[in-house]
Amino acid sequence: MLARIVFALIAAFYPLVIHAQEKLTATEVMDRAQAAFYSPGADMKARVTMDLINADGKKRTRVLSMLRKNLPGGREQRYFLYFHEPGDVRRTAFLVWKYPEKDDDRWIFIPAVNMTRRIAARDSRSSFVGSDFSYEDISGRDLAADSHTVLREEKLGDAACYVVQSTPKAAADFSRKLSWIDKTSWLPLKEEYYDAQNKLARVFTADKTEAISAGGKTYPTVLKRTMKNVQSGHRTEVVFENVSYDVGIAPDVFTERSLQQAPEKWIR
Amino acid sequence: MRLASALTVLAILWPGSLGAEEKKNRLPVTVHGFLMGNASVRTTGEHPPMGEGGAFVLGEERLRLDVSGATKSGNGFLQIKGDIFHDAVANRVDGDLREAYAGFRSSQFDLRLGRQIVTWGVGDLFFINDVFPKDWESFFSGRPMEYLKRGVDSVRLQYSSEALNVDVVATPFFTADALPSPKRFFLYNPFAAVAEQHQYSPPARAENTEVALRLYRRMAGFDVSLYGYRGFWRMPGANMDSGNGAPRITRFYPRLVTWGASAQRNLLNGVVSFEGGRYNSLDDRCGSASGVPNSQWRVLASYQRQLAQELTATFQGYAEVMDGYDSYRKSLPAGFRPEDRVRGLFSVRLTQFLGYQNWRLSAFIACSPTDSDCFAQPEVSHRLSDKLSAAVGANIFSGKHETTFFGQMEKNDNVYMSLRFDF
Repeated sequence: MLARIVFALIAAFYPLVIHAQEKLTATEVMDRAQAAFYSPGADMKARVTMDLINADGKKRTRVLSMLRKNLPGGREQRYFLYFHEPGDVRRTAFLVWKYPEKDDDRWIFIPAVNMTRRIAARDSRSSFVGSDFSYEDISGRDLAADSHTVLREEKLGDAACYVVQSTPKAAADFSRKLSWIDKTSWLPLKEEYYDAQNKLARVFTADKTEAISAGGKTYPTVLKRTMKNVQSGHRTEVVFENVSYDVGIAPDVFTERSLQQAPEKWIR
Repeated sequence: MRLASALTVLAILWPGSLGAEEKKNRLPVTVHGFLMGNASVRTTGEHPPMGEGGAFVLGEERLRLDVSGATKSGNGFLQIKGDIFHDAVANRVDGDLREAYAGFRSSQFDLRLGRQIVTWGVGDLFFINDVFPKDWESFFSGRPMEYLKRGVDSVRLQYSSEALNVDVVATPFFTADALPSPKRFFLYNPFAAVAEQHQYSPPARAENTEVALRLYRRMAGFDVSLYGYRGFWRMPGANMDSGNGAPRITRFYPRLVTWGASAQRNLLNGVVSFEGGRYNSLDDRCGSASGVPNSQWRVLASYQRQLAQELTATFQGYAEVMDGYDSYRKSLPAGFRPEDRVRGLFSVRLTQFLGYQNWRLSAFIACSPTDSDCFAQPEVSHRLSDKLSAAVGANIFSGKHETTFFGQMEKNDNVYMSLRFDF
């Protein structure tokens, strides 16, 4: 009898489950992609190397430690970024309190004069430390700022992907973006940004991904990524090393105190 | 000779050799620094009468060594930053210990002992509650901004918690502001003709220990700070008397107590800041000592906003309001131009990054409608590589009177350049 009920229940709901998977809206796909890309784990630490390479191959390198913590419940996040290289910005640190629906709170610490300052965070499309990534590319763009449509489903290499088009609702530095979202890991494997003339402007590629384990969970992670400005030929290659999740970074790491005296334990 | 021994020390400490050592022994110390050349040329074609260097306000080669270290836990740390420089204008070699402190941190306390640079307040070059010493000569002769701040030899204790943060700096050894020197700058000096001049700094005695306090936390989206300070004015006051018949000038640093507050938050699509402070001039309570600044209020409001991608603007309005103005006017010796009761200042700073932030264009302009004077500092800086950067800029002064802060500098317009190699 019990078996029959269970069977009946499964029979009743199975199509729904399948249906639900097939019928993910574009916003749901992007929501999962953002969760997988920008906020896996309760917290994260990594050492990040950014190579800024111009069309002639001339390279500049930025090395920083990145700490992130998701606040419980909501989509609020805190970031601490500490620069190791180059020399003229060594020990410079950023603290970002990111909110889903209002401007971030951002502070910078300038070691030469031991000064902590709040900085204007209005334009999230500004370049992050001179790279091809914007602040928003680093910490995520508000999903509600764009309208999303699933254009098609296709394979990118071996990975089955949704191809989602996102169109900004208000004027932005791109007119539309195409994202290839991996159906298994939910990571964006490729993004194309088009300019106001609808010409391809920037291309993001996830060049190396790996599943990183922490406390019994695994988090698919992009370890190497590139953002290329196809119009200027300039590109930025970013490598994440020593990535760990759920390491228990205390909330007080994301305060002014850390700007003045970086938390050695987490940035070494 | 001093330079030679310094170079020997450098050769031993060179990061290349240390780096290898570090990997082997896991020394918790890193050594970095830079080599920098700075030069600044007066463009007015005039040379100060007590002149050093003629047209050159600044000409120097500087070697910075920056040693920092921490224990594995990060609970113990040290920081030493020192410069050895050759001053080509005076043709001498000298040193400048910028910072040198050891520190210890526990779960909620940070303790630092030694020479350190402390920066408080929300103003951009307008200081109210940042009562720590400044080097205006460096700033006006075109050295990089970091040389505007001087270290204090202090004990600093900080307490951090969600409810309240406390920062206390106790400084037994007085450091004055470094003002432009008459050897290199044209300056207003009403006492230039007085033969007998003395200068006294507060001696290092327990009762002269300066104490600065800052309490801060977040409130309603604002970063709110309260400040207090007990110590001395960092620009000297002067007493004139006629000891043995001849006039005599005694310069000294009058006692000062300040308290104030600041608040800063995201607002109006930018960052809005307010700061205010009370300066109690203890050696001139009723405002009748003409050589000592009167007590005053200082207020500041500022707004920073990103105007476009990579372009940021900061606007500031600032005022000093003098107490006991009538007494001041009465006590002012004949022949001195009186200051106004209120000194107002406005400033704009524009910063534009170009070419993947390898180029930075900036301009700071400050004008005082009450003093009728202005100061402008345009600058272009360029990162040639990760190690090499260059800057060219100018300090431009104008004023109606030779007695005001910027007005006295009118003949000191200069163009500066610097080249820096980081290692």
